[in-house]
Amino acid sequence: MEHNILVIHPRDNVAVALRTLAAGEQATGKEIAGFPALEDIPASHKIALRDIGAGEEIIKYGETIAVSIRDIKKGGWVHTHNLESRRWKK
Amino acid sequence: MNEITGYERETGSFGIRNHVLVLPTVSCVNGVINRISREVREAVCVTHAHGCGRGGPRDVQILFRILSGLVHNPNVAAVVLVGLGCEVSNTKNLFPLIQEAGKPVEVFNVQEDGGSLLTAKKGAAAARRLLAEVHTQKRVSLSWDKLLVSMECGGSDAMSGVTANVAMGALSDWLVGKGATVIFGENTEMIGTTHVLARRAKNEQVAKEIEQMIERAEKLSKDIMGNLASLVISPGNMDGGMSTIAEKSMGCIFKGGTSTINQVVDYGEMPTERGLILQDGPGYDGDSMAGLAASGSQLMFFSTGRGTPAGFPTLPVIKVASNSRIYEAMKDDMDINAGSLVEGKPLDELRGEMIDRMVRVINGEKTKAEANGMEVFTFMTVHPPF
Repeated sequence: MEHNILVIHPRDNVAVALRTLAAGEQATGKEIAGFPALEDIPASHKIALRDIGAGEEIIKYGETIAVSIRDIKKGGWVHTHNLESRRWKK
Repeated sequence: MNEITGYERETGSFGIRNHVLVLPTVSCVNGVINRISREVREAVCVTHAHGCGRGGPRDVQILFRILSGLVHNPNVAAVVLVGLGCEVSNTKNLFPLIQEAGKPVEVFNVQEDGGSLLTAKKGAAAARRLLAEVHTQKRVSLSWDKLLVSMECGGSDAMSGVTANVAMGALSDWLVGKGATVIFGENTEMIGTTHVLARRAKNEQVAKEIEQMIERAEKLSKDIMGNLASLVISPGNMDGGMSTIAEKSMGCIFKGGTSTINQVVDYGEMPTERGLILQDGPGYDGDSMAGLAASGSQLMFFSTGRGTPAGFPTLPVIKVASNSRIYEAMKDDMDINAGSLVEGKPLDELRGEMIDRMVRVINGEKTKAEANGMEVFTFMTVHPPF
């Protein structure tokens, strides 16, 4: 089956969409059983690999790149509308 | 399988090329270098825009460090140095610095050697002499711990940090595991990742140097760009899926892998430690490449998503395309297609391909940029000329 998402680091809670995923489409990656994209995910944007609570760290490259500002469901689009930079908070 | 070879230098370093470098001390004599280059095709003739007119101590330090660093680069076997006579970095001032490299050097000065035409004639004859001399040198077996491999990214796109730099990071870890040294710079592209890089420092001193380097880069971008500094993460980056500066910069620094950071070196400074090294240099590709070459790197990997053909005069530059579209569109310029990761190629397999290609390049196979003659030589200054 085609892989349409890429997990960069095993610790990550987001994956990168390798092409634009339509809402409802199965997201599949290496060692990742398919799960549905809850909304449209633009190519090279992030999709949540599991439920992420408000205030939780967004992990990509195995590192914290941001903090979520609302609950994000598995399969949700993760971008500037639901996270903020921890750096700018300081 | 992975046996590599190189040319041994006087100082115990090893080159993977055996270049005769024809170098001007100052831009005033670039025309002389161009004449030599037309006559002696096999010599590596570089021109540049510097050598005088910038008097600040930092600019003078960089000028001498880069010009002498290019001579010291292990890929250079011998040098024709062409000066004018009245410039800041004149041959008399430069000579003590380049002499330490223990390489055959022939020196000419346009004001003493009969003007431009005669100097070009003498320089060309010297280049031919040196080529004949260095061609007798044989390759010998090389161990990985003699290699300094640089990692660069430029003309990046949204996939650079997802495919190409991830693959280069995997390669960096492999290289460090083999005992090689890996170096990358581009301090502007580290902004937002202090917490990651400092944590990986080998000790507190190195961690502090990392913090200070990134702080300076951030302050500089704010001083120069003012309110536009926020464009370091631009609307275009965000459209590409980058949500924060930390995310964007992670995509850049990932090209160096995940090893312990053993040293921070200044722009063009040679590392004294091994393993993973950071260079306090600018993000602009041309300037960055010169700093990495002057630091003694013999080989460079260079990721690109929008597609840049740029190479460097004295070192083979292996171009890694971040997406298959640009790999196909610029096939004559790209060596590796990291876009294949998107099509399902496992990372290990891509890294294996990169190692194979790297070994062949080390042993003499030309990279696309080398074959096409896409060399760029320019370097950083901090002040405008006066």
